[in-house]
Amino acid sequence: MMVKTIFSGFGGQGVLMMGYTLAHGAMSAGYQVTYLPAYGAEVRGGTANCTVAVSDDEIASPIASKPDNIVVLNTPSLYSFQNRVAPEGALFLNSSIVAVKPSRHDVRIFKIPSSEIAEQLGNPRTANTVMMGAFLKVTGLVPSDIYLSSMETVMGSKKKSVIEINRKAFAAGYEFLK
Amino acid sequence: MNKVLMQGNKIIGEAAVRAGCRFYAGYPITPQNEIPEYMSERLRQVEGGVFVQSESEIAAIHMVVGASAAGARSMTSSSSPGISLKQEGISSLAACELPAVIVNMMRGGPGLGNICPSQGDYFQATRGGGHGDYRVIVLGPDSAQELADLTMDAFDLADRYRTPVMILADGMMGQMMEPVVFKEPKPRDYPENFVMKGAGSGKSKIIRGLILDPLEMEEHNWTLQRKYQVIAQRETRHELYKTDDAEMVIVAYGTAARIAEGAIKRLRETGLRVGLFRPITLWPFPTNELRDLAKKIQDFLVFEMSAGQMVEDVRLAIQGKARIGFHGRPGGVVPTPVELANVVMRHYDPKEGIIDPLA
Amino acid sequence: MKKVFGRPKSMKSNIFHYCAGCGHSLAHRLIAEVIDELDIRGITIGVPPAGCAVLAYNYFDVDMIEAQHGRGPATATGIKRALPDRVVFSYQGDGDLAAIGIAESFHAANRGENITVIFMNNAVYGMTGGQMAPTSMLGQKTTTSPAGRKNVLDGYPIQISEIFAQLPGTSYIERCTVNSPASILKAKKAIRKAFQYQIDGLGFSMIEILSPCPTNWKMTPIDSCRWIDEVMTKQFPLGVIKDIPAEAAKARKEGGQKP
Repeated sequence: MMVKTIFSGFGGQGVLMMGYTLAHGAMSAGYQVTYLPAYGAEVRGGTANCTVAVSDDEIASPIASKPDNIVVLNTPSLYSFQNRVAPEGALFLNSSIVAVKPSRHDVRIFKIPSSEIAEQLGNPRTANTVMMGAFLKVTGLVPSDIYLSSMETVMGSKKKSVIEINRKAFAAGYEFLK
Repeated sequence: MNKVLMQGNKIIGEAAVRAGCRFYAGYPITPQNEIPEYMSERLRQVEGGVFVQSESEIAAIHMVVGASAAGARSMTSSSSPGISLKQEGISSLAACELPAVIVNMMRGGPGLGNICPSQGDYFQATRGGGHGDYRVIVLGPDSAQELADLTMDAFDLADRYRTPVMILADGMMGQMMEPVVFKEPKPRDYPENFVMKGAGSGKSKIIRGLILDPLEMEEHNWTLQRKYQVIAQRETRHELYKTDDAEMVIVAYGTAARIAEGAIKRLRETGLRVGLFRPITLWPFPTNELRDLAKKIQDFLVFEMSAGQMVEDVRLAIQGKARIGFHGRPGGVVPTPVELANVVMRHYDPKEGIIDPLA
Repeated sequence: MKKVFGRPKSMKSNIFHYCAGCGHSLAHRLIAEVIDELDIRGITIGVPPAGCAVLAYNYFDVDMIEAQHGRGPATATGIKRALPDRVVFSYQGDGDLAAIGIAESFHAANRGENITVIFMNNAVYGMTGGQMAPTSMLGQKTTTSPAGRKNVLDGYPIQISEIFAQLPGTSYIERCTVNSPASILKAKKAIRKAFQYQIDGLGFSMIEILSPCPTNWKMTPIDSCRWIDEVMTKQFPLGVIKDIPAEAAKARKEGGQKP
């Protein structure tokens, strides 16, 4: 098994955090994992993306030329990455922000109004965690409990209340997709 | 010890501090900025730790010269253009027989190039790089774990042979996060009498590379060369992957070797028995080991993220005893395992061998 | 019988290779005398430059490590940071400090590194054969300014000491010369003060020494000494340019006298 995912959006939407927590969770679940952020001039000007590879075997390249999944939090990211998703792959959209229809018809598309859900929960900054709930429900890459404990480890220095709201956000995203 | 998920650049910093590095000087340049950032914080936490953000790459390497002479385990890091600037000081370290670790997170070149992962500095690293007859021990890690292990080893090698050691990786190795376990570092074994700390009541010491008498300078050169011979005999490292039954072998290091492994898995699914020879020390190059392999393998494909640099060492090792092909992507392109697998299928036929060899 | 003059203990018995009338041997001797007087031979580390003084380690009997051209202050920074309780000095010429090593020197000064720089200004590149230096006078003929230094082509002589004094990181800067017995004694006092400040942890100090170079100036030693007085000091006035510790002491004293 080898699953590659690209997370992308505006800087500040928590895109790198999504990748990092997934990578940490996958490591805790016993998988081989690589996490590669876009860096330097490429990410100046507000966009961010990262690639996570999860495998039960050694990972040759941490780059995903044909990712199995892409998670898109804003419209420019959809344009940048939708053509790269592997056929039969999955495309996760933050439908609160991305109003455009994806041009791909050979991939599974999941629309999650993650910003709205996060706002309803009382913290719009948790939209990324809402997305992770939906993402893990569909992909099953990492069991929820392992992911959540990784999330707590990664957020280690944050306040208890922040971790609590993120747990709620994860659950809301997980429940959103039936 | 616990497995942790860490970024390559930070792994180098952590491994260095654990190995006893107490002096770091550096100058910002992408894609290795996390090394100085990490060291600025980490060296604050350890006794005797010194971090200096220098005014230039040149100043950084000469600060390392001073700190190394004064007995501190010392390191600097940069990326390609910055490493060009450091060559003056690296030549000094070699001439004065001072230990130090230099990290090069290579990026696309020549000139300012770009900030993408590349392997275009192989010649510069393995041929000495600066002026004069000298070599630098060059280590080419291909994973987070090796970044940690080889960084620790680099300090030991630098001390043992009183010579600069370079970690030669690339932007991808520096930026990528992977799980890593830090091994227990060895205690430092560096004779006090090499350390310059003031003469006390004894004889004063001189550390210099300036030897005006040509015969004396020649003798110093031969002393260095004898040391390099010992290093070549004792410290050469490489790794084999699926070469036991291989009919064709890819030669690659660092990031390119990872990609090659991915390609080999795909090629084996199609029935092509391909293996990998991965030099870990780029200088000294595992010449004899590769030559031995050429006794049973007739076809080699060298794969680099450059226009073809290590391929020269492969030719020197194999000495015409086997066919050698080359595939390279210079300028900061990271090819996919699929691309490399396609190249192999296009240029290699089990009956004909490597078709259209480079040479 | 009382010995009134001898070789400083911090000097080796090697004979200087410097030309007759050269300022380096005087400066070396003054530094060695200061090291003796402060009794710091055992904890002093010197960094000689590329230039005529590249062989300074043949004369100083203290630990010394060569620096590449201009890099002395960087190397000295590495040593001093690794061994903060040692006395570290860098010995540099005008090409070394004001041209190729301006960045290293300027930034070591700006960081306020607790080191002492001895800056030998003789307005030419001595060792390489008398080429134009960043401190050459306007109109000065050298092997690379045969028609004399012209500001439009070659820029102006750089007043390093005045410029470095502008940096808040520097503590003590004085310009001296060694062209007469009186000026030599004055230079020694300055060098001693600089080393003492370093020992007291007071930060970056630099002593600029206007130094005769009869060979490359194509003058007799006596004419060279005269040229320093008549020409060089007009461009590079002698004296204390900055002395923060002394000013602070003075302020304390004056403050103390107030009722």
